[in-house]
Amino acid sequence: MAREPVAPVDPAVRFCETVAGRRHRRSEAFARGVFLTMAAAMVLPLLLLVTYLIVRAAPALSLEFLLDVPRRGMRAGGIWPALVGTVYLVLGALVVSAPIGVMAAIYLKEYARDNAFHRTINMAVINLAGVPSIVHALFGLGAFVYAARFGYSIISASLTLAIMTLPVIITSTREALNAVPQAFREACWNVGATRWQTIRGVVLPNSISGILTGVILEVSRTAGETAPIMFTGAVFFKAVQRGDLLPYGLNDQAMALSMHLYTLSTQVPDVPEALPYATAVVLLGTVLTMNALSIVLRFWLRTRKKW
Amino acid sequence: MTAHGPQTPHTVGSRPSRSALAVLGERALENLIRLSGVSAIFFVLAIFFFVFREAAPVLVSDSFSLKEFLFSVEWYPTSDVNVRYGILGLIVGTACVSGLAVLIAVPFSLGSAIFIAEFCGPRLREGLKVVIELLAAIPSVVWGFIGLTVMSRLIVAVTGAPVGVNVLNGGIILALMCVPIITSIAEDALKAVPDSYREAAQALGATKWQIVYRVLLPAAKNGLLAAVLLGVGRAVGETMAVLMATGHAVHIPRSLLDSVRTLTANIAAELGEASVNSEHYRVLFLTGVLLFLITFMINLTADLVVRGVRRER
Repeated sequence: MAREPVAPVDPAVRFCETVAGRRHRRSEAFARGVFLTMAAAMVLPLLLLVTYLIVRAAPALSLEFLLDVPRRGMRAGGIWPALVGTVYLVLGALVVSAPIGVMAAIYLKEYARDNAFHRTINMAVINLAGVPSIVHALFGLGAFVYAARFGYSIISASLTLAIMTLPVIITSTREALNAVPQAFREACWNVGATRWQTIRGVVLPNSISGILTGVILEVSRTAGETAPIMFTGAVFFKAVQRGDLLPYGLNDQAMALSMHLYTLSTQVPDVPEALPYATAVVLLGTVLTMNALSIVLRFWLRTRKKW
Repeated sequence: MTAHGPQTPHTVGSRPSRSALAVLGERALENLIRLSGVSAIFFVLAIFFFVFREAAPVLVSDSFSLKEFLFSVEWYPTSDVNVRYGILGLIVGTACVSGLAVLIAVPFSLGSAIFIAEFCGPRLREGLKVVIELLAAIPSVVWGFIGLTVMSRLIVAVTGAPVGVNVLNGGIILALMCVPIITSIAEDALKAVPDSYREAAQALGATKWQIVYRVLLPAAKNGLLAAVLLGVGRAVGETMAVLMATGHAVHIPRSLLDSVRTLTANIAAELGEASVNSEHYRVLFLTGVLLFLITFMINLTADLVVRGVRRER
């Protein structure tokens, strides 16, 4: 009996995926879908929240709102004193923590050897970052307000903020220093430069923009903090003249944006709805703009890097 | 200089001589740098010292018992006749809110970390990382405000609860705050898994899905655990958001829709009213010491877990 001729394989079918292949592809697509949903669940709240806040704040947002002082027991007017107060506190914190933080990072990267002591410092940095903000407030109260006799003042609050945000600046500066190739340092040592000359002449110029990124990040972080300043120098209300650029002395108490938002939304009855929303938008806007700036700077640095 | 590279700069031969002042200045500056280097240790110790110093007198006072402090639910700090400092209700409040937050946050953060590390292209990855960074940057008082306004209304509308500020609200808000932290650390942990693991699994015909839960998750489990721990630490220590979003009832909650107060929120709410050096004031500082120790332990554990990973490799 003649064998039945084998049916020629249709070329269209020959390269089709197998059953196993299809299962493989589907499972992959499914996994991707699941994880994509989870990632989307993270992005969406951000967009929704920002949009919602802006919509609710819109009736109150204006230049006038930024430049005016609070009126009628904070139920009207603007946020000028809080805005200036935040600038004071942030600058005060920055003046203290930026030099200490940068130098600490230089020590960790350029001087310290890899031993138990180095690990202890790293541990301390991590722990400092993990201390709850309210404990920082207690520390500021105990150490600066009472022990150092600075009283409830911008100085106390700034110092508290400075110590709180120190880990931010140490971590980011260390990353910036790590990005400078080791060969640069070695070349510099080989021409007879001392350790410090190498740092000043080669390491810092090549990492200064990265350090700046960290400083901006710190500003953003400091501007948003509330708990540490609540008991060390920030007040609910302070009478300030409209448009006064320098309303506070260093020993004064000050209003702050974050504190103002807390006050408006929990302590003052019958506040028009839009006011706290507008304050929240200004605070959020400041913080996110700062952050975006640091991100943009980082991207720009990455494209410009030659090594 | 750390382990790599020569330990000291080149010193053989003669250097061009410098003025004594320059050498002296350099030495002074280097000492300043060393001093800053140890500042982190100094500050951690200082925080403990100063907070403990304010709290210490109450520990030896007769009317105070540590046992009652830790295990009693009766918190009547301002009562005229029956002053009681029992923080069990606050501890349970903290545990409930942070527990719920971590429960919500962990699946989402691990999911997004896996998506970012394994499934998306470089463009999308950069975009998502930026979003994570921005999410992490939102100040806690803004989160608290959102909890107080948006979330509380939502909760009242959906569940019919009498008040919108409760365990559920605080849990969701804290979860939103923890997600970016856990995600970014978890993503780092996943990225640290060598590519050869993935390639080996792929060569055996494993699907992406199989690679994730058979290869990546076991390989990165310590790093992921550390990420979760740091998330817990953040949730326990968070103050403003829970102060505004969880309501103000010091008791052991019976349901998700009960108001509670946490350890952190309690300090923030009452420190302003407690007169300086009173017993109430000192007990609040003692709560601070407790919080410090809790977060310290959590961070220490996270660090040890991560170091365990490094030793294995």
